Amino acid sequence: MTYLAKPKLLAADAPRNALGYTRRDYEGAISTLCAGCGHDSISAAVVQACFDLDIEPHKVAKLSGIGCSSKTPDYFLGNSHGFNSVHGRMPSVLTGAALANRNLLYLGVSGDGDSASIGIGQFAHAMRRGVNMTYIVENNGVYGLTKGQFSATADKGSKSKKGVINSDNPIDLAALALQLGATYVARSFSGDKEQLVPLIKGALRHGGPAFIDVISPCVTFNNHSGSTKSYDYVREHNAAVNRIDVILPKAQIEASYPPGSLRRVVQHDGSILHLRKVGVDYDPSDRIGAMNHLQERQALGEIVTGLLYVDSSGQDMHTHLNTVEKPLNQLGDAYLCPGSKALEALNAMLR
Amino acid sequence: MKPTDISNPDYLHKVVDCQWACPAHTPVPEYIRQIAAGDFSTAYMINWRSNVFPGILGRVCDRPCEPACRRGRVDKEPVAICRLKRVAADFKDDIHDRLPRPPEKKNGKRIACIGGGPASLTVARDLAVQGYQVTVFDSGSSPGGMMRSQIPKFRLPDSVIDEECGYIEALGVEVRRNHWIGSLREVLAQDWDAVFVGTGAPRGRDADLPGRNQAAAHIHVGIDWLANVAFGHVTSIGKRVIVLGGGNTAMDCCRSARRLGGEDVRVVVRSGFEEMKASPWEKEDALHEGIPIHNYLVQKAFTHGNGRLTGVLFEKVRAEYDDQGRRSLVPTGEPDVHMECDDVLIAIGQENAFPWIERDIGLDFDRWGLPVLNPQTLQSTLPRVFFGGDAALGPKNIITAVAQGHEAAISIDLFCRKLPLTQRPPATMNLVSQKMGIHEWSYDNQVSEDARRKVPVRSIEEALKDIKSEFELGYDFKLACAETARCLNCDVATVFKPKLCIECDACVDICPTECITFTQNGEEDELRGRLKAPSREREQALYLAEGLKTGRVMVKDENVCLHCGMCAERCPTGAWDMQKFEVNIAQAGAEV
Repeated sequence: MTYLAKPKLLAADAPRNALGYTRRDYEGAISTLCAGCGHDSISAAVVQACFDLDIEPHKVAKLSGIGCSSKTPDYFLGNSHGFNSVHGRMPSVLTGAALANRNLLYLGVSGDGDSASIGIGQFAHAMRRGVNMTYIVENNGVYGLTKGQFSATADKGSKSKKGVINSDNPIDLAALALQLGATYVARSFSGDKEQLVPLIKGALRHGGPAFIDVISPCVTFNNHSGSTKSYDYVREHNAAVNRIDVILPKAQIEASYPPGSLRRVVQHDGSILHLRKVGVDYDPSDRIGAMNHLQERQALGEIVTGLLYVDSSGQDMHTHLNTVEKPLNQLGDAYLCPGSKALEALNAMLR
Repeated sequence: MKPTDISNPDYLHKVVDCQWACPAHTPVPEYIRQIAAGDFSTAYMINWRSNVFPGILGRVCDRPCEPACRRGRVDKEPVAICRLKRVAADFKDDIHDRLPRPPEKKNGKRIACIGGGPASLTVARDLAVQGYQVTVFDSGSSPGGMMRSQIPKFRLPDSVIDEECGYIEALGVEVRRNHWIGSLREVLAQDWDAVFVGTGAPRGRDADLPGRNQAAAHIHVGIDWLANVAFGHVTSIGKRVIVLGGGNTAMDCCRSARRLGGEDVRVVVRSGFEEMKASPWEKEDALHEGIPIHNYLVQKAFTHGNGRLTGVLFEKVRAEYDDQGRRSLVPTGEPDVHMECDDVLIAIGQENAFPWIERDIGLDFDRWGLPVLNPQTLQSTLPRVFFGGDAALGPKNIITAVAQGHEAAISIDLFCRKLPLTQRPPATMNLVSQKMGIHEWSYDNQVSEDARRKVPVRSIEEALKDIKSEFELGYDFKLACAETARCLNCDVATVFKPKLCIECDACVDICPTECITFTQNGEEDELRGRLKAPSREREQALYLAEGLKTGRVMVKDENVCLHCGMCAERCPTGAWDMQKFEVNIAQAGAEV
């Protein structure tokens, strides 16, 4: 944790994106989380992803609930819209906001407590409804704000800092998201930005319900030898299924890969995901296969990371509900209140 | 790339850009912190040990430190290092009791220093405190050399020179005033254990052009004229004055002329404005006093009538560069320019001259008339004779003369102790953690984002009235304090211990200038291309550490590190620490 704000001094040749912004322009207030918290790395990854995608900060809405993780939207995208909701209620607030204005990018940030315990109902229904959003869970397996009790994602048999063994079964949020209909499901690790940043970029450009479970070690309460969410444990048991690169529609494709090792996925908005095979033969378009793979590997004690599933057909809640395209706040009185004749016509239709 | 060895004093010393750039390696951030703490006397003594003349240099130093200052790479302007030095000198208490006490019992060695300028006085000081008996011979009535004779009083008052030369005399150095040495042979015949020559570059280059002799009465060689002004022999000049030359002497000439009655004073230079040798701030001061600078004009002839100077004729030129970037000045073919004037000051360079050194005593000179020296030891071909300052390797500046004085003193000390001269006493270093609490450091790590403070000056009307009234007034206490906060404390080094690192990326994420990267090792050039922020400044080192669990390496580009300590504040395991680096540059008497 640091008290001082980051100095604004910058080298003259600091990189700028197409909008002329530096990475620093996508930062927020100084983080008050513990030194070494994985969440800060995820914030940095969000900053990097938004910088790389030339996202206009005022076109982003970041929403969160309660918890260490839910504090983080204060630490990135300081010039974006934000909403800090009641504990576990971010998904419904986000759903409402998305219904009211589909022109913003919705970034939901939550934790394992916020999403897997108090907010699991909200989490499930937001996924079911197919809200167009990027939903990031910063998953550390403990309640850091209340001194490190096990959360609902803590693995059975893992040990707390005090030495207590966890006897409850864990909730696998990525598996739930797969089952409930998320069309972009990934898992990553806060200590591996090379993997995490492209996954966030792909999610931001996805155009449907995108979920990323990011294992984010709690340095203060859950980074010891009995933990299954420590930096060391995750690094040792990380079984990545692929590595992705996100290529924007207009960008020149420079990278070259050996034949057979690459899978191209064109997303609804024209962005391209390059999936590089790592080790196993994995098909990220097979939802059931993905669910099986997750279960199999988990039984072996491995942590499966990478882009687990992607369906690029681009269906979301607005398509399902056939909603109006214009944001509600831009609809004029005449449109919203079309008068008694329109009402009569409507009533006639229903008789 | 190999891991960095930070126990080599040079590595971290280089990170302190200002100190590394200073020929005398003055510990700049350390004295700036002392000023911030209000301890001006300590700040002064830190300077005094390294550069001997803090009050003088705080006014007229060439300040190689400022272009090197890291602040200049992340902000518009560097820290006003030079003017803060003056603050230390202006506000200090009586420091006599802080001066070193030379040993009661002398070591029996007698050293002669010829010339009373900065190089000689530095040698005298360094050796006097080691118990040597040093005698300085100077032709003037007071020591100081060119600092007294060539630098105008409105930039450097006599009182400052008197004070700082006085500290050296107070160490028991004997200064023989008004003593002109006419023969080195005679000096050598006396029983000196070593002789140091610090006689400067006393001859101003003349312009041998048509009309030079006919109009001689109103054509003056710059440095001679400045000396005459300094000693009160010249008190006026014509209304229209042309100064030839683009160096700092030319700037001193034109500004002096403005104060002695010159109304239309102009500087005419062969080169373009940017390539002029004068320091940017000296050009600024001249322009500020209403002195125009005319560029790309080469003097061709002095015009005269009735035995009196009437003006100067110039040829117009332009700069052309060849493939190697070498410049040549080519006539443009346009008609020559004639400028009328009453007086001309020639400030087109200085030369060494040693008419008093016999050429048959075994002391060799090269074809440029400079003594043949070992550049490291400054020893001449006569083992007993050493050189320093402008007399040694050609005209440079005061701070270089001081640095050479230190080196020559070390050589003389080794010579008198019959030790090999090329085995120089090494620099020693120390690293001390600055950590006081979780996010508390014993230095001010909050980086000021303020712009450089301007130094208050006298109004032009007032300044031009009196050639002796000091133009710059110096920072007051408040301004000085605000300026000290701009220093980035580059001597508080980021020290990384890979064994403690858990690779959580906290330092990478927090670094305001993105200088830290964890990646696979590689060849330096290739590695520089893979860092988080572009790394184009090859002169600035990469700090590389290996031994991380994942097999990656930590690479820190030193170039724009703000030394804010945020990496260390964010580090959960203490793998990063902020440690104050002190380098102790050896002086005469140090253990080899």
